[in-house]
Amino acid sequence: MNFPILSSLILLPLIGTLFLLFSKDKDYQNTSTMKYVALFTSFVNFLISIYLWYLFDSSTSSFQFIEDKEWLKGFINYKVGIDGISILFIILTTFITSLCIISVNNSIKYRLRDFLIAILIMESLMIGVFCSLDLVIFYLFFEAGLIPMFLMIGIWGGARRVYSAFKFFLYTLLGSVLMLVAIISIYWMSGTTDIVQLYELGIDTKYQNLLWLAFFSSFAVKTPMWPVHTWLPDAHVEAPTAGSVILAAILLKMAGYGFIRFSLGLFPVASELFTPLVYTLSLIAIVYTSLVALMQEDMKKLIAYSSVAHMGFVTLGIFTITQQGIEGSIIQMISHGLISAALFLCVGVVYDRVHSRLIKTYGGLVSVMPKYSILFMLFTLAAIGLPGTSGFVGEFLILMGAFKDNFLVAAIASLGVIFAAAYMLWLYRRVIFGNLTNKNLLQIPDLDNSEKFILWCLAIPVLFFGFYPEPLINTIEISVKDLIEMYNFNLNMNMTEVKNNG
Amino acid sequence: MVNLNFVSPEIFISLSIMFLLLLGVFKKNSSNIIHNLSIGFLLITGILILNNPFDEKVTLFSGSYIIDSLSSFMKILTILGGAFVLSISTKYLKLFKIFLIEYPILILCSILGMMVMISSNDLMVFYIGLELQSLSLYVLASFNRDQLKSSEAGLKYFVLGALSSGLLLYGCSLIYGFSGSTNFNVIGDVMHSTHYGLTFGIVFILVGLAFKISAVPFHMWAPDVYEGSPTSVTLFFAIVPKVAALTVFIRFLYTPFINMIEQWQAILIFLSIASMIFGAVAAIGQNNLKRLVAYSSIGHIGYALAGLSVGTNEGIQSSIVYISIYLVMNLGLFSCLLMMKRNDQYFETIDDLSGLSKNHPVLSLSLMIILFSLAGIPPLAGFFAKFYVFKSVIEQSMYFLAIVGLLSTVIAAFYYLRIIKIIYFDEEKEKYDTDHSIWLKMSLTLSTLLILLYFIFPSKLVEIVSRINVI
Repeated sequence: MNFPILSSLILLPLIGTLFLLFSKDKDYQNTSTMKYVALFTSFVNFLISIYLWYLFDSSTSSFQFIEDKEWLKGFINYKVGIDGISILFIILTTFITSLCIISVNNSIKYRLRDFLIAILIMESLMIGVFCSLDLVIFYLFFEAGLIPMFLMIGIWGGARRVYSAFKFFLYTLLGSVLMLVAIISIYWMSGTTDIVQLYELGIDTKYQNLLWLAFFSSFAVKTPMWPVHTWLPDAHVEAPTAGSVILAAILLKMAGYGFIRFSLGLFPVASELFTPLVYTLSLIAIVYTSLVALMQEDMKKLIAYSSVAHMGFVTLGIFTITQQGIEGSIIQMISHGLISAALFLCVGVVYDRVHSRLIKTYGGLVSVMPKYSILFMLFTLAAIGLPGTSGFVGEFLILMGAFKDNFLVAAIASLGVIFAAAYMLWLYRRVIFGNLTNKNLLQIPDLDNSEKFILWCLAIPVLFFGFYPEPLINTIEISVKDLIEMYNFNLNMNMTEVKNNG
Repeated sequence: MVNLNFVSPEIFISLSIMFLLLLGVFKKNSSNIIHNLSIGFLLITGILILNNPFDEKVTLFSGSYIIDSLSSFMKILTILGGAFVLSISTKYLKLFKIFLIEYPILILCSILGMMVMISSNDLMVFYIGLELQSLSLYVLASFNRDQLKSSEAGLKYFVLGALSSGLLLYGCSLIYGFSGSTNFNVIGDVMHSTHYGLTFGIVFILVGLAFKISAVPFHMWAPDVYEGSPTSVTLFFAIVPKVAALTVFIRFLYTPFINMIEQWQAILIFLSIASMIFGAVAAIGQNNLKRLVAYSSIGHIGYALAGLSVGTNEGIQSSIVYISIYLVMNLGLFSCLLMMKRNDQYFETIDDLSGLSKNHPVLSLSLMIILFSLAGIPPLAGFFAKFYVFKSVIEQSMYFLAIVGLLSTVIAAFYYLRIIKIIYFDEEKEKYDTDHSIWLKMSLTLSTLLILLYFIFPSKLVEIVSRINVI
C-alpha cells in the first residue's frame, strides 16, 4: 500500500483548521500567527500537489494514486484517484488557495480566524471534488462546499450579502438535488456508483437522457450557463475579494470538470443528443453576457459577467467532443482560474483603498499607481485572449474544435472574443487612463509588497503557459484522447444496436 | 408458562414508577432525588432491554406481545430520549417553579406506555399503551399550569388526542368485526380477501396514528401544543412519541396488512408528500422557534413516512435510521433552545438569536451544524438520513415521491438558512447567561459531535438497523 497522498491533500487543510480552532481570535498578535498557520498549511498542500504532478505518469489514461476503502458497507467505497484531467485542477486549487490566504491581509477586517477556517475547509472540499472516483463521494464534496461559501459571502460580504448568499445557496442546492436522484438511480441500475466501473459497464441508453438532464441541472447552475447564471454576479459582487477569487477560480470549474467526467463519460448517447442545446446556451452566454458586461458600472459585476462568457467558451469546447475542443476547455478553465482570480484581486486592491467598486469613481489611476496599471493591463489582455497569454491558448483550441464540428457555431463564438476585447479594454480605459478627477485618488499608494507578490505569482503562469502550454497539454492529452475514444466507442455500439433492432 | 424475563424492562419500570410515587408522598422535598432516581431507573431499564436477545423474535401472552429487534431498538431510542429530556430539563423546571415529583413520574409513565405500544402485537394491547402514554402527555403539556398558553396547549392536545383515539378505536372495532380477531398475526392469516370494511378500518387507524405523529392533514394541534408546552416537554413531544407511533405504523402495516399494500400505500404517500411540502412551506413564516420546530418536525415525519411507504425492509430500515438521526438532531437543537436564557428568563423567538455568533461562538457553531444537518446538507448526519430514505424510495422507482421530497428540502433549507443568517450575519444583542448545567452542555456537545462526525463511520448505525427485518 502506497502512501495515501490524495487523502493527505484532503486532510491537511482540515488539520490546519483544527490548529486555528484552538487559537484565540481577539488579540492582534495572534492574527499574524493564525495567518501563518493557514498559509503554511496551504503552501505545504501546494508543494504536495506539485510533487504529485511530478510523480504523475502522463503516458497512461488510467486513474493513478487510487485509494479504495470501505465506507458505507457493501454500498459505497471511499475511492479517490486522479487522471490527467483532474490533476491540473487540484494544483489550481492549492495554488489559488495559498494566494487567497496571503491576500486576506487587507480585505478581511474582522473575524479573521473564522475566515481562514472557511477557506481551508473549502480547499479540502474542492480537492475532494476533483479527485473523488465515486458519484456519492463526489456529491458529498460538491454539496458540502455550499456551507463555507454561504458563510463567506454572508459574514464578510458587502451591502446585499444576505440576498446574495441565499440566492447562491438555494440556486445551487436546487440544481443539485436532482443530481442526487440521478446518482441513486444509477446505483440501482448498475449496482455501483464507482466511476471506473461505471465507465466499463456503461449506462442503459433508455435512461441516459433523463439522467443527463439531472446532472446537467446541477452543473448548468454551477457553471453557470445562461439562463441560470443570475446568482453569479450577485454572489461575486457581494463576496469579499478572497471569496470571489475562490468562487471564480475554482468553484465554477467543478461544473466544467463534472461535464467532462460525468456527462461525457457516463452518458455519451445523451450528450450527443443534447449537444445542440449546450451549443445554443453557450452561444447565448457568450454573446448575451458579453453585451451585458459592456454596460456594467460595477467593476466586479463586469468581471463576473465576463466569467459567464468565458465559461460559455468552456462548455462549448467540451461538447465539440474533439481533442482540441476538450483540451482547449481544460486549458481555458485553468487560465480563467488564474486570470479571473487576478482580475478580482486587482479590483480588490483599489476597493481596499477607495471602498468603491463603481467604474466612474476611478480614472487616471496610471499616474498614481503605475505598477498596478501594468499588471492590470497584463491581465486585461490575458482576459481578452491575446496571443502570448494562456487565455489565447484555451480560446484558440476551443474555436479550432468548434470549427471542426460546426462552422456557424464557431463563427458566432468568435464574436465573443471581439466583445471581450471591447468590454475589457473599455473598462481599462475608464479606470486607468483619462483625467484624474476624483481627489481621493491622489493619496492612494501603489501596490504593497504582498499585493505585488500575489499578482506576479499569477502573472508568471499566465505568461508562461501562454508561450509554452506544452506541460499542460502533455498532462491532459492521453486522458482526453481516451475519453473521446471511449465516447465514440460507446456511441458506435449504440448505433449498431439501434440498427440491429430497427 | 410465560417467560417473564422478556418483559422484565416493563415490569421494572412499572415497579419503579410505583416506588417513586410512594417516595414522593412520604418524603417531603424529594423532587431532586426522584428526578435523579428516575434517570437511573430509565438507564437500568435500558440495560434490561439490551439484555434481551436482539435477533430473536419472541411472542408472549398468547401472541399479543412481541419482543424482537424492532421493539428492542425502538425502546432503546425511547429510553435514551426520555433520559436526556429528564437530565437537561432540571434548570428550566426550577426556574418556572414546576420542579415537582410528578414530572419525572409522568414521563416514566408515558415511556411505559410507549414501550407497551412498541411491543404490542394486538389491537387491545396497542390501545392500552397508546392511552397510557397519551394521558401522561396531556398532563405534561399543561404542566406549567399558571401559564395560559400551557393550559391551552394541554386542553387542545387532549381534545384532539381524544378525537384521534376515538377514530382509532372505531378502526379497531371495524377490523375486529371483519376479521374476527384483534391479534395482528391472526388478522394477517384470516385476511386473504380484501374487504371494504377492512380498508375502512385501516384508514381509520392510519388517521388516528397520523394524529399522533402530526402528519399533514392531521397536524393542526402540533404548533400550538409545541409552543404552549414547557420547552423541555416540547422536546419530549418532538422526539419520543414519534418513535413509538412510527413503530406502531411499521408493526401494524407490515404484520397484518402487508398483503393489502396497494390499499394503504397511496395513503402513506399522500401523508408523506403533504407533510414534506407543508412542513417546509409553513415554517417559513414562523417567528417563534418552538412553532418553527413544530413545522420542521412535521416535515421530517414526512421523510420518515416516505421510507415506510416503500413496502420493503430497506424502506423500513431507512425510516428507522431517519428517526434515530432526527432524534439526535432535535436533542441538540433543544439543548440550544434551553441555553437561551438571560436573567432567569428564556427567549424563544428567532430574533433573539440575532448576532449570537459574536457573543457565543461555540454555541452558535453547534447550532449552525445542527441546522445545516436538519436541512440535509452533506456531510452532516441529516444528509445521510435523507439519503437512505431516498435510496430505498428510488429502488422501487417511486421517482415522483423522491423528487417532491428533495425539492421540498430546498424549500426547507430556506428557513434553516434564515436562522443561520440571523445568528451569523445580523447585529449582536445582549449576552446570554452561561451558567448551564453540565448535562445540558454535555448533551449539546454529544449531539453536535455525533452529527458532525457521522460521516466517518456511517455504517455503524445502519449495520445495527439492518438486523431489523419486519417482513
